[in-house]
Amino acid sequence: MKLDYHPLGDTGIQLVFGSEISEETNQKIRMFAEDLNNHPIDGVVEWVPAYTTLTIYYLPNKISYGVLQEKLEAMSEQQHGREAASASLVYIIPTYYGDEGSDLSFVAEHNSMSEDDVINVHANKDYLIYMMGFVPGFPYLGGMPEDIATPRRVDPRAEILPGSVGIAGSQTGIYPLESPGGWQIIGRTPVKLYDPSSEEPILLESGHYLRFVSINKEKYKEIEEAIKRGEYVVQTEEKKVG
Amino acid sequence: MSDAIFKVTKPGLLTTIQDHGRVGYQQYGIVVSGAMDSFAMNIANFLVGNKSNEAVLEVTVMGPKLAIMGNAVIAICGGNLSPKVNGEKVQMWKSFEVNEGDTLEFGQPLEGARAYISLAGGFDLPFVMGSKSTYLKAGIGGLEGRALEKGDVLYGTGTISGKSGRALHRDKVPTYSKEMEIRVVMGPHHHTFSEEVVQTFLSSTYEVTPKSDRMGFRVEGPKLVHETSADIISEAIPLGGIQVPANGQPIILMADRQTTGGYTRIATVISGDIPYLSQAMPGCKIRFREVSVEEAQEKYENNDRLIRTLEKVSSLR
Repeated sequence: MKLDYHPLGDTGIQLVFGSEISEETNQKIRMFAEDLNNHPIDGVVEWVPAYTTLTIYYLPNKISYGVLQEKLEAMSEQQHGREAASASLVYIIPTYYGDEGSDLSFVAEHNSMSEDDVINVHANKDYLIYMMGFVPGFPYLGGMPEDIATPRRVDPRAEILPGSVGIAGSQTGIYPLESPGGWQIIGRTPVKLYDPSSEEPILLESGHYLRFVSINKEKYKEIEEAIKRGEYVVQTEEKKVG
Repeated sequence: MSDAIFKVTKPGLLTTIQDHGRVGYQQYGIVVSGAMDSFAMNIANFLVGNKSNEAVLEVTVMGPKLAIMGNAVIAICGGNLSPKVNGEKVQMWKSFEVNEGDTLEFGQPLEGARAYISLAGGFDLPFVMGSKSTYLKAGIGGLEGRALEKGDVLYGTGTISGKSGRALHRDKVPTYSKEMEIRVVMGPHHHTFSEEVVQTFLSSTYEVTPKSDRMGFRVEGPKLVHETSADIISEAIPLGGIQVPANGQPIILMADRQTTGGYTRIATVISGDIPYLSQAMPGCKIRFREVSVEEAQEKYENNDRLIRTLEKVSSLR
């Protein structure tokens, strides 16, 4: 595969895998990141996968731009014809839809359907985590059906609680930490996407999938308590291909 | 054994704990943060006998007033914000001793915008994701994830006693001008602008506006008009990246930048010029000069060599 390379100043290099957002491009980026992880290049500090690009940050006193580009080109050649990266995971996100003060009714009305219909469309499907960013632990998810697309709120909320599940246009996402925002909030998960005090502060990873599963208020409380006791483990399953 | 060293009498405009920042978490959306002027931070640490990445206090424009609670060796580097001990001016870029009962305070900002106070042995604060840096937006690192407030007490680790009177050679002390030439590597999106607009960017003067902070410096000058759109599909954004939103006025991405962004970037400031740029006050005039990646990396090597030499010298004594 022929990639485009661009320098980002003297400490970054950007690899361009395509010009459009697609699952296929995402898988290529994921495979490349996996190779970087399995075959470390001396001087490479970290990398950031995005929709169509992979950005690699490095130390120029360890490796020059030219040498790094050559190594990356060689890495890209070796991937040629390889099937895919290792299996993707699906993170199961228990979500209590439509709590008091939520925008679930607005989303339902906007799309001329019942609240239950909105939940049925939103839950039980696998969303690809294209990239992480915006705020710590925020997943950019792809694949929400247009049936429930809803514009942002006219008056953004000053405070959105962590774990809030929302819709903005044809995007859906989860707020990892308290912040202001204009998303239509349709539910909330007790699962922590971001916990700075934890060994693994971020739950999700790009290239994997996420599935919302509808729970009731009692179950929400139960999981919330279990998380507090440190007894809750987020469920994952292997993504079935095809 | 940790000892109380500073008690905050006045917090100053924005005083935070910073080190080299959070490395390795950008793919999860964790902002890097860290000292804006990493050169001044490194030197401040060497002068007191610390490792270069020890956390220091970053002082912004109007400095704090600190009551000294215990004897310690400290150094102040970076912008000259008129530091004084017990009302007497102190020499910057040189380690010195402070004693219980002393008062360290700052006066008028004379040159530059940010000063760094290092403490021999470092501050006794927890690491969050490998760093003590304060990131205000997410409320992590430093002292409870926030800027210093009146009444706060900072503790030292007491692991290094330090040595006073160590100074950086006068020739190596940077001066911060109100007119800066900042070197950039073009791209990655310079081709989305016409050749004429690229020339405008490289030949005009841009002024640092008051809407400049640890996240980014907004500069103002001749408008950079996009050929098509200001927006791109979101991608990782580097330190020093120069974003051009739809209004055509550049934003230079600094220490607290987000990890990803969706605006075209015309160029990237070379890492060797970031410390210098960090000292720009609002009103400062900037001209951008194009260099090749190779030139930028040569500059990086030179800086790195200087830092290593100083590190060696400071660990010998």
